[in-house]
Formats: sequence, C-alpha cells, structure tokens
Amino acid sequence: MKKIKIKVNGKVKTVLNNSKLHDLLKNLNIPIKKVAIELNQEIIDKKRTSNIKLKKDDKIEIVHFIGGG
Amino acid sequence: MEEDNLKKDKLIIAKKKFDSRLIVGTGKYKSMSECAKAIKFSGAEIVTVAVRRVNISDKKKPLLMDYIDPKKITYLPNTAGCFNSIDALRTLRLAREIGGWKLVKLEVLGDKTNLFPDMIETLKTTEVLAKEGFRVMVYCNDDPLMAKRLENSGADAIMPLAAPIGSGLGILNKINVQIIRKQTKLPVIIDAGLGQASDATIAMELGCDGVLVNTAIAKAKKPFEMALAFKNAVIAGRQSYNSGRIAKILMGSPSSPTEGII
Repeated sequence: MKKIKIKVNGKVKTVLNNSKLHDLLKNLNIPIKKVAIELNQEIIDKKRTSNIKLKKDDKIEIVHFIGGG
Repeated sequence: MEEDNLKKDKLIIAKKKFDSRLIVGTGKYKSMSECAKAIKFSGAEIVTVAVRRVNISDKKKPLLMDYIDPKKITYLPNTAGCFNSIDALRTLRLAREIGGWKLVKLEVLGDKTNLFPDMIETLKTTEVLAKEGFRVMVYCNDDPLMAKRLENSGADAIMPLAAPIGSGLGILNKINVQIIRKQTKLPVIIDAGLGQASDATIAMELGCDGVLVNTAIAKAKKPFEMALAFKNAVIAGRQSYNSGRIAKILMGSPSSPTEGII
C-alpha cells in the first residue's frame, strides 16, 4: 500500500493512502467525545470519521478545551 | 420578605439562571487540580476555557474535562488569542463541535501590548455568531456607544473591561460602566483587569450583574483564599447594591439621638 504524508496539528505524519480518519484518531488515542476535528479547514462530523479517507497533504486539526481566561 | 428576595436574585444569561455572579477563568494556574480547587472555593458556576490543539505526542497528558466536569460547571469557550473575525469564528465553531456549546465568550483583540479589544472586528463577529445561533457574551471596551451597538447586533451579555487584561488595576472608568449598565437590558459582566476582591465589590455596587476574574485569583499568593474572597466580595457588592445605599451629603449627621442628652 502506498504511503502518504499528512499534517496533524502542524506535525507531519505518514499514513497509508486511503486509510480512514477514524483509524488515525484511534492510533493517536484521541478521546473523540472531548475534541473537535477539522479536515482542510472544514469541521468534520465526529460520527462520520470512519467514512473519511485520508489523502496526500490533508491537514487535520484536533482541538480541545484547556485552561484559559 | 427580604430573605426571599436574596434567594430569588439570580444571574440570567441567555435565559439560563445562575446563583453565582462570579465567573472565573481557568488559565494561569500551576496545575489543573489547583484550578479545579480554586473554582470550588470561588463557587463559580461558569468558567471560561480556551480552544487549543490536542498534544498528539503526549497521549497521557491530563485533560481539563477530567478535572472540571462540564455537566456540573458551565464551560464558556473563549476566543483568547484571536486577532480577527475569521479566527474567532473558526475557534467558536470548533468549540461548539466539541460538545454542543452555544454560550460563548467572544474576545477579538487588536493590540498585543495592552490586549485591548478590536471593536470593529468584535462587532462584525457578534452579528455572524448571533445569526448562527450562538449565545454570545462579548468582551468590549468600556464605551457605552459600542456596548449599545453590540446589543443591537444580538449579543447576550456585555462584558466591558475594568482595565487591561491581567493588569490588576481595578475599574478605571466607573462612570462609563454605570452608563453601560443603565442603558442596556442585557447582563453586564465586568471582564478583565480586576486585582483584588474589593474591585469586584465595587463592580457589583455599580450595578453590574457579575464579574469575570482569572489572573487576580490564579496568580494570588494564596489562590484558594483569594477565590473565596472574590466569592464573598461579589455577594457583598450585590447585596449592597440591592439594599439601596444612602445619599451622599457634605456634612455630618449624628448616628445617636440628640434628644435627651444629659
């Protein structure tokens, strides 16, 4: 399987072409209920992550709440 | 009768009722457990939180939600660090996605030194957010005209600064704060710049509906005691405001009867 490079929270990651976003989140140990996810600046419906296939140069942002004023 | 009134005196924001009029920030604490404990001492029911990237290289890093239960404490996502409308909108849309939060604190800064709000960007963003169904509490200057414009743009609460964020200077423009309070139907929450508990009392005595405090508690030498001090100060200020203060007169008036003096 072909490998591709994507960016997750600004860091380059190598994944298999057409692998699922859901699997990436699982591998990264992301608590899905406590985060929001953007794929190429578009917010992703968290219920649909297993339908989304990753492509070369995809930019993923995973955010959560931290302390702030 | 008076006791009943004390119980009924709730803070209402976007139709939600709160007993505490003190909102606290969750930044600048030494640890999450210190932050959680300070919130308990403060009695706050609403806390502000920031939206940031998950640390993907440290999978065991503790999460804020593990320390502060969003089912018990209302999370108020903010846009701290945003300097334009696009970034602020992106941040709050993501915040809503995390857990369905609609009540948010908008803060669009225009100046990295003083952290003053950029009111043109703030106003634009308020309009868009209100149209998207957000309930927006808006950090703003202590400018009555801008406060009115925010109200007309669909804001749910006006949050004028007391002084620059983190400055601890207290309320610098009491007259403007009073004018803002007088002219609006919305709750007015003093946000930013308070330094000590008495500043919160003054805000409440001016008629404000609540105060938001972060640095003054988090960076106090004893944050838990300061959290408790702010809690009591807000209650005292509100009770004082509701009680109807005496008029100021430029002469003495004896407290003991003058009749029957021996």
